[in-house]
Amino acid sequence: MMEHVPLNFPFLAAALLVGISFYILIFKRNLIKLIMGIGMLASGVNLFLVALGYRAGGNAPIYTDVPEGPMVLPVPQALTLTSIVINVAVLALMLTMVILIYRHTGNIDSKKSRILKG
Amino acid sequence: MLSKIVRTAANQLILFILIFGLYVIAHGHLTPGGGFQGGAVIVSGVVMLLVAFSSKELKKSLRERTLSVMESSGALIFIGLAFAGIGIAFFYNFLVGTPIFGRIPVTGPNPGDIWTGGVIPLMNFAVGLKVVAGLSAVVLAMALFSSGEEIEE
Amino acid sequence: MRQVIGLIVLLVVIAFLVSGMLQFIHPFGYPPSDIDDYIIEKAQEETASNNVVASVVFDYRGFDTLGEATILFTAVTGVLLLLRTVKRKEKNS
Repeated sequence: MMEHVPLNFPFLAAALLVGISFYILIFKRNLIKLIMGIGMLASGVNLFLVALGYRAGGNAPIYTDVPEGPMVLPVPQALTLTSIVINVAVLALMLTMVILIYRHTGNIDSKKSRILKG
Repeated sequence: MLSKIVRTAANQLILFILIFGLYVIAHGHLTPGGGFQGGAVIVSGVVMLLVAFSSKELKKSLRERTLSVMESSGALIFIGLAFAGIGIAFFYNFLVGTPIFGRIPVTGPNPGDIWTGGVIPLMNFAVGLKVVAGLSAVVLAMALFSSGEEIEE
Repeated sequence: MRQVIGLIVLLVVIAFLVSGMLQFIHPFGYPPSDIDDYIIEKAQEETASNNVVASVVFDYRGFDTLGEATILFTAVTGVLLLLRTVKRKEKNS
């Protein structure tokens, strides 16, 4: 089992990114830091998806002037494309809500902006 | 609004960014790229114009009506192309073999031919139109909301 | 006190993820690939394009792209709905 460690570095990096973003989402209170943590989670998941489909010594899966050799798997790259666009849409909606919360309550601490007024 | 040097440089650079973005969209079936990637390149050019000129100046050129029509027509063209091959299956590539875009390339490594691809280049244009109109409307609305708004009671 | 609990939670989560990754995932560079071999062989005859990733996104898995275009449209509509500037006219009583 320990001989897989020098080869599996991209998976270790993806696990580190997901673990740090879990810490941010549980223990931090500033709304902008929470949004940055969600962006880091998206980056970790995209890196894991692309690293799943790598073939050793492979080329890009495009037939225009490709050199000799095996080709990398194309299906995880298509799923990563969809995931990036969906993350952009969700991030835009979250930032809009932070703008409106700051306009109405005056601070971006998630404990102080929970009190209903009026 | 920034100084005159920045405004002149942005006016000259937007042409090259637009041409490069259209190249990435149009050759989506031969080289890496496609609809989403080329749309993101053009939106970054629009953001550069938004920084150089203020958002009140840009609102006179990019009207809301134009962006809304562009985004809706992109979505309708995409769904229309998906329904056009409904005789055999949904999303069937019905243009392979016909002389519009349907030449079949030589198997194995080859220099690309632009009239191949079937229904894929048309779908690339529809998705590129949708991404450009949607993301530039979002960026313009955020800049207008936080700079100057009139609430008069 | 809060920071000690935070560090312990971080180490437990990272240890759990790394142990699961070292036991269950294939070694990096030799993935199992049954359907991808079929797609790489037949993409030039069936979809007539040189770019295999574009033909997977728009032809073999076009339904996912339809759902993603719907999500983009809904998000843009939601953002433009929330960021309206309201002008209220003066009322003469």
